[in-house]
Formats: sequence, C-alpha cells, structure tokens
Amino acid sequence: MQVFSSKKIYDFMRLRFASIGLSFVLVIGSIILLFTQGLNYGIDFSGGTLVQIKYTNKNAPLDDIRNILNQNEALKGASVTEFGSSDEVVIRFSSSSDSLGKDVGDTIVKMLSSTGDIELRRVDIVGPKVGGELRQKGLMAILVSFALILVYIAIRFEWRFAMAAIISEIHDIVIVIGAISLFQIDVNLDTLAAILTVLGYSLNDTIIIFDRIRESIKESKSTNLGSIINESVSVTLSRTTLTSGTTLFTVLILFFYGGDMIHGFSLALIVGVIAGTLSSIFVASPLLMWFNFSVSNYRAKELDKIKKKEEKERLRAMYEKGQL
Amino acid sequence: MQKNQVKSITYRFYVLIFVTLFGVILSLPSFFNINGPKINLGLDLQGGLHMLLGVETDEAIKSKVKSIASGINYSFNKDDILTDGFKNTDNVIKFELIDVDGDKLKVDKILSEIKGLVVRSDNGIYELTLSDLEKQETAKFAIDQAVETIRNRLDLFGLSEPTVAKQGEDKILVEIPGVKTAEDEQRAKDLIAKAAHLQLMEVDRAKADQGNMLSPEEAASYGDIILPDVKDKNIKYVLKELPILDGSMLIDARVGFSDKTAQPVINFTLNSEGAKIFGDFTGKKVGHQLAIVLDGKVYSAPRINERIGGGSGQISGNFSVEEAHDLAIALRSGALLAPVKLLEKRSVGPSLGADSIEQSLVALLGVFLMIVVFMGVYYGISGLFANIALISNIFLLVAVMALFGATLTLPGMAGIVLTVGMAVDANVIINERIRELIRDGVNLRDAINNGYHNAMSAILDSNLTTLITSAALYAYGTGAIKGFAVTMSIGIIASMITAIIGTHALFDLFANRIEKSGNTRLWFGYRRV
Repeated sequence: MQVFSSKKIYDFMRLRFASIGLSFVLVIGSIILLFTQGLNYGIDFSGGTLVQIKYTNKNAPLDDIRNILNQNEALKGASVTEFGSSDEVVIRFSSSSDSLGKDVGDTIVKMLSSTGDIELRRVDIVGPKVGGELRQKGLMAILVSFALILVYIAIRFEWRFAMAAIISEIHDIVIVIGAISLFQIDVNLDTLAAILTVLGYSLNDTIIIFDRIRESIKESKSTNLGSIINESVSVTLSRTTLTSGTTLFTVLILFFYGGDMIHGFSLALIVGVIAGTLSSIFVASPLLMWFNFSVSNYRAKELDKIKKKEEKERLRAMYEKGQL
Repeated sequence: MQKNQVKSITYRFYVLIFVTLFGVILSLPSFFNINGPKINLGLDLQGGLHMLLGVETDEAIKSKVKSIASGINYSFNKDDILTDGFKNTDNVIKFELIDVDGDKLKVDKILSEIKGLVVRSDNGIYELTLSDLEKQETAKFAIDQAVETIRNRLDLFGLSEPTVAKQGEDKILVEIPGVKTAEDEQRAKDLIAKAAHLQLMEVDRAKADQGNMLSPEEAASYGDIILPDVKDKNIKYVLKELPILDGSMLIDARVGFSDKTAQPVINFTLNSEGAKIFGDFTGKKVGHQLAIVLDGKVYSAPRINERIGGGSGQISGNFSVEEAHDLAIALRSGALLAPVKLLEKRSVGPSLGADSIEQSLVALLGVFLMIVVFMGVYYGISGLFANIALISNIFLLVAVMALFGATLTLPGMAGIVLTVGMAVDANVIINERIRELIRDGVNLRDAINNGYHNAMSAILDSNLTTLITSAALYAYGTGAIKGFAVTMSIGIIASMITAIIGTHALFDLFANRIEKSGNTRLWFGYRRV
C-alpha cells in the first residue's frame, strides 16, 4: 500500500504567501475571538464551586433546580447546566467557602432532595487564591518549555530553525485557544494539558520535517532552499499523513467515546492536531525562507565543523603515535 | 556483503526480551489483584477526596508568644519575682519589675535562656518580641507539624492509604481515596480541622461570677479571657489569660468511661514536665477552679480538692463514643499549632470514577485495535514488528508507573494515548526510510540498517523535545498536569526503547530470511507505484 507517489515533488513553497496569509487570518481571528468572546474559565482558574449531581430515577428538572437554588442568597444566579445526558447536572457558582466544616455539596443535595433521588457525583471547590496560582503556574509551564525548546533547537539545528519552530508553535496554540473561545470550552487544568499536548505534538511534526531539511541541505547539490524544502516536505508527506491521520483518529475516538469528562480536552486536541500538522508544512518551513536562511552558508559551516573534527582526530592519532 | 552475515541475535534482542519480561511481570499486579507494585489510580478515576489546605501560620506565632509568656510567668512565680501589668498583646509581652534592683539579674537570666526572644528593657519596664528568624522558623515548624499531625490522625482513623504532603511554602495536600459516603467525608474533615488545642486554665476567682457582664476588652485589661461552655453558650467562664499548661505536654489520650455516669470520657497523661507544673499548681491552689479548655471551649471546670500528682487528668463532656474516639485521636496525634483552612477541595463520587474508567478504557482499546490492524495491513510483517513493540511498550509503561508508585489520572490516560501515537510515529518514520532505500535499489540488509540510522536523528530530536516539555510541565505544573507529565515522560522513554531498539532486534532476528525471500511486499508492505 502506498498513499503518496514516492517520486513526485510537490511545490509547497509556491503556496507560501497564500498559506501564511491564511494562517495570519486564522491567528488574527482567534485573537479577536479571545477579546470579544473571551475564555470560559472553569473554576480551576477562576475559583468557585462546582457540584455535579445525577438523578437516578428521572431526567433532571432544570427549572425546579434553578428555582430552589435562587431562594438561597449565596446560590442565587448559579449556573445550572446539563452534563452529557439529561439526568446529570452541573451546578456552578463563583463563591467558595474556606472553612473545612461546611460542605456546599451536602447543602445542595439537601436543598434539592424534594426534586428526586440524587446521587452526588463530584464536588470541586477552588479558592480564589489557588485559582490565580494555578493560572500563573500553567502560564509559567508554557513559557519555560518554550524557552527550553528554543535553546534545544538552536543548538541542534540553527537559530533560524528555532525561531521558525517557536513561531509555528505559537501559531498553533493561538488557534487552539481561538477554538476554545469559539466553542466556549471550559478552561481548566485538563484543557491546559490539551494545549501542552498540542505543543508537544506539533513540535514533533515540525522537527521531523526540519530534520529532513537539514539532511537534504547536507546531501543535495541544489542551493535553492525552496526546492530543498519542497523535496523534504514531499518525501516526509507519507509519514506526516499517516501519523497525523492515526492521531486524529485517536482524538476523534476520545471525543466521541471518551466520556464527558474529556470532551473539551479532546475537542481542543482535534483542532490542535490539524493546526499542528498544517503549520509544520505551511508555516514553519516558509518561515525558514523568510528568515533568509542561506543554504551555502550553512553548508560551509557544517563543512567547517567536519574539517575541525577531522583535524582533531588527525592530531589525536599523531599524538597517540607519539609524533607530536 | 559477507561482513553483514552476522549473528541474528544481537544485544538488541536481549534488550527486547528483558524489557518485555520486565514489563509483563511487573505489570501483572496492576492488571490482576495480586501482591506487588500497583499503579495508583488518581482520585478522578477511583473516587475520593482531594483537599488543599492552607496553614494560618500567624496563629502559630501568636500561640508561640503566648506559651513563652506563660513559661516566663511560671518561672517568675517560682522565683518569687514580683511584676506589675504582665500582659501579652499583639505578640508583644510587657511587664514592669517591682523590685528592679533585686530581681534584674534573675530576670535577665531567665529571659536569656529563651530562644529567639528580642528583649527591650528600660528602667525595669520590659518589652519582649520574637525575632524575625524565630517567626519564620515557627511558621515553618507549624506547617511541618501540621503535615505530621494530619497524617497521624488519618492513619489512626483507619482510612485506606491517605496521602498527606507539604505543597509549596505553606500548603498541605491531602488525598484520601475511596471515601464512599458523605458522613465519612465529614468525619475525615472534622478530624483534620480539629485544632485539638488542649489548655488547662485557672478560673479567676475574683471575677468568677461576672462572665456575662464583662466585655472581652474589660476582661483583657485584667489579664483575663472569657470562654464559653461547650454545651451551653450562655454559660461563660472568666479565666486567667495565661494557661497553666497546654497540650504540647500531653503524651497520651485514651477513651475511658466515667465511674459515675458511665459516659465516655477522655483520660489524658502529661509528660514529666507537665506533671510537675500541674502538681505544683494544684498543690498551691487548693479550692480554686481549674478549667479544661479544648479549642477555645470550656469542657469542665472542677474544683481542686487536693494536689494532683502523677500528671493525669480527665476530660468529660457529653460525648458520643465516636466523638470521644475521634477527639482522643486528635489529642494523641498532637495539636495543630496553627489552624488550617480549605483552599481547594475536589471530591469524586465512586460511581463517576467507575464511569470515567469504563469510558476511557473503551476508547483506549478502540484506538489500540485500530492502530494494530492498520499497521499490520499497511506495513506487512514490519507492521507486526511495530505492533509487538507497541504491546511491549504498554506493559513497560504500566510496570514502570507501578514501580514508581505514579498516579494514573484522566489526563494521564490521554498522555498514554499520545505516547502510543509517538511510538507508532517512530516506527512509521523508520519504515518509510527503509522503503525509500529499497526504492533506491539498496539491498535489503543495508536498507534496514541505514533506515534505522537515517531515522534516528529525527526520532531522537522529537522525543527529546517532548521530554523537555514534560520536564517543564512537571516542574511548574500542579496535580493533573504533573500526572500528565509523568505519564508522558515514562511513555516516551519506554517507546524509545521498544520502538527503536525492539523492532530493530526483530529485524536482526529475521534478516537472513528477509534477504532470502526477497519479497519486499510481504515484509514491508511496499508496492511500486
């Protein structure tokens, strides 16, 4: 079996203005969404209380629940939504109590006991201080991994590769955040894990293409970066499609069958996997051309490195024979 | 290519056999219910109670100053040093010496023996505060002690494997798996929150009847404090503000039954120092009332009939047996020097945990089957090799996680899905490289070896960057993110071993046969286009 023709070189770089233009539109669109629609911070980051209950004998009477909760001053305006199925409900409100003794979960179950048989499934209480700290730590985790990746790629490849990779990472993350805003996915720790997974996945994709470009630069006779990139992307295309395809399938299965707990998580991943795959081809690679990456300079440097290494080995050999 | 006609069993083969056996054997306890290291299921999967507690260290400093004050007061009484206006307000101890010339040396000696005390004195008027370093140490000690105390209490309570760990500077993480009912949860929380701060205090005889008339401010001006009765809030006691001794001198507390009423009581025993102070005090104050105060409430205030030696006492109150039992645990495991408050709580009911496991397992199995079938169809026998590596990878992952006692959470399961994806990716890259070389007319054996060689830098670079990211996540993440990072790191390392070394071992093993058969379609699923 073979998906793509093995010999054909596709001219991806001809599309670079169109593809970067499209990316630009998507990124700007995501930023606009972020500012107009905003993010739906879950209680992990904003602080507050979440109570999930399940009716064991009937569908959840949403209106009754709202009416009962509204009678209590502290629970007024609590958001009451169905969760996954019609017998399960999530109740969210922004206050949180910091005394160990009182439990809102029990209070709510008692208040709602007249509406049917209730099973308490989950109670999450996050104090405002913790919420802020979680948000800060999450952001810190992303920034630190960016810095480390930048250093690693700059050492293993070249600084332009590092810049191109990071910009395409930021591109992917912004688009995922745009999607999170568009679909109003709850931003919680799981969503953060999804964003970080996208980061790792997309980087994986980018590096595999970059590795091929680096190899082609050393082996090909052409000094035209555009054609080298085209060739490298083309030969890795079969791998890219296969891997992205299986990963996409994986997250799709998680989305449809993984349960409601990871619904938002997998939706963010679906967008991220698509964006990550496309960006490694259509954003990261063209950026290399924009950064004025010079094939002949790189080759000269690599040649220099090899020469130095050989010189060192020659000296060592002489030293070992006692001729120095 | 004679030199390539090497032995088919290489070091890679031993690595593959070793990791597979290691993985299978050590993951058995996790899959079946036998003894051995098991993967911990996160609370989101098995249900349970997760709490993040904040420690109010200011309170610890306050009570430290208070206990220093009562220590000084005791020493002064013993040495007949007379003072005026002995007071402790806002963590500053103040007093004035009546006989400055006679007592100054004695006072300075007593004060110099107390660690971390900053003494300012002027003409016999003393002001004592704690040094900043001592305050820091007191705060730190309060947190460490709270961790220890909470752990002891939960252990004595008999809950299954609770985790109590210090988190960050001033927080404590408590995880109790398998808390099934709301009553259990409430009991556990009560046990944790109970300060269990026992104090023995003297009732101010001169003002004993004025409990309901004095304001707290007035009482403070006399060096008194007003505390309510545990049963009836309307009964108030006027007590000397400085306690005679506190629970830090307590060495044991057990449930017993009162001879008269057959009600549960708590018998406590003091250490030798406490027993001495207690004996001295009761000897001197026969006829006075002694209040037994627990967490700011007066449990009883018996009249002292005679000197009580031996250092044991009794707390009676209207306890149920269960209450008395929990209270004894709290007292025995030590007082919380500082109160704790709830910063974060997550409780997952067992039914939700079970649902989550079931759904994720179905999803994981589906994904896994899909990948296995696909690899076999697309890559022929080399696809089967990749599948063998993949299965061995999953066993290895489970084994290593069990060995480290790592916790599997819901995001962690997603992490497994992704590392499986990356393991498959490594084999896709390798197989694509081998196919490329075969297309270019390289002989099979060289195609295999060079295919691995060519693919290696890409796989290493991508795996290493992912490892770097997960290290950053582990360092800066919290809870779920940390679990995700651990799963991902272990998965990536395992996949580097199985997907790179393991499959290569299988190719080594079959190299001669591959070369003899010459059927690249069967072995690599390759078709000329």
